[in-house]
Amino acid sequence: MSQIRRHPLGSLWNDFNQVQDEFAKWLGRASTVPTAAQLTVWEDEHAVYAEADLPGVDPAKLEVTVTEGNQLTVVGERTPPEVPGSVWLRQERPFGKFTRVVGLPALVDADKVEAKYVDGVLKLTLPKHEAAKPRKIVVKGE
Amino acid sequence: MLNLATDAASPASSPNGTEDRAVTVGPRVDVLETESEFLVVADMPGVKPGDVDIRFEKGELSVHGRRPATREYAPTNYQRVFKVADSVAADKITADLKVGVLTVRLPKVEAVKPKRIAVTG
Repeated sequence: MSQIRRHPLGSLWNDFNQVQDEFAKWLGRASTVPTAAQLTVWEDEHAVYAEADLPGVDPAKLEVTVTEGNQLTVVGERTPPEVPGSVWLRQERPFGKFTRVVGLPALVDADKVEAKYVDGVLKLTLPKHEAAKPRKIVVKGE
Repeated sequence: MLNLATDAASPASSPNGTEDRAVTVGPRVDVLETESEFLVVADMPGVKPGDVDIRFEKGELSVHGRRPATREYAPTNYQRVFKVADSVAADKITADLKVGVLTVRLPKVEAVKPKRIAVTG
């Protein structure tokens, strides 16, 4: 294990996070600080797209689920660098478990969701459910 | 002796000025020290290994990564400059970029590494 020499505020920050974690647990929610991924979500007529910057995450530990057709959950974990016999001079990169839940703007087909993890960015393509796709209605003349 | 944890002033504009939409941000970093080296670990999501530029001159280490524009984002320049102690062997600095994390290794010069002196009886 590496020895940790932190900024004086660092331990306070950790305490704060711990309190917040406890509080989140007590409320029955997973922690969303401060490792939480920023998700960007947009859509076109075929699909909903979501992207999150998650540098340094083991893709095997990334979990992406879609529930009820429109709720996207991303769960993962970031680990601090493990360097034997090292001391920290600066520690800004967050680590720990994170959970992000977002409501999607349309119903998606959970079986066809595509997830890629490239250069530390998680990219999701969530094809829209047939019912959510725009339909052209032919207007009949008399 | 060691000033690695202090940022030098960063240039405010993008280095080549070609991408006017580009956003410049200071990446979050971890800095670690062992007996033999310093490690600078920086988050640079979306940056490919070919798009990183690392320079060491006049006792300053500057790291710069270019993230291309995506559908939703303007191009991003990750840029940060560190003052580095004289104890770093400048010619032995190495770096690698994996899954959006840049790791720069700055080995110390032999003279500052702790040496174990054998005591003979």
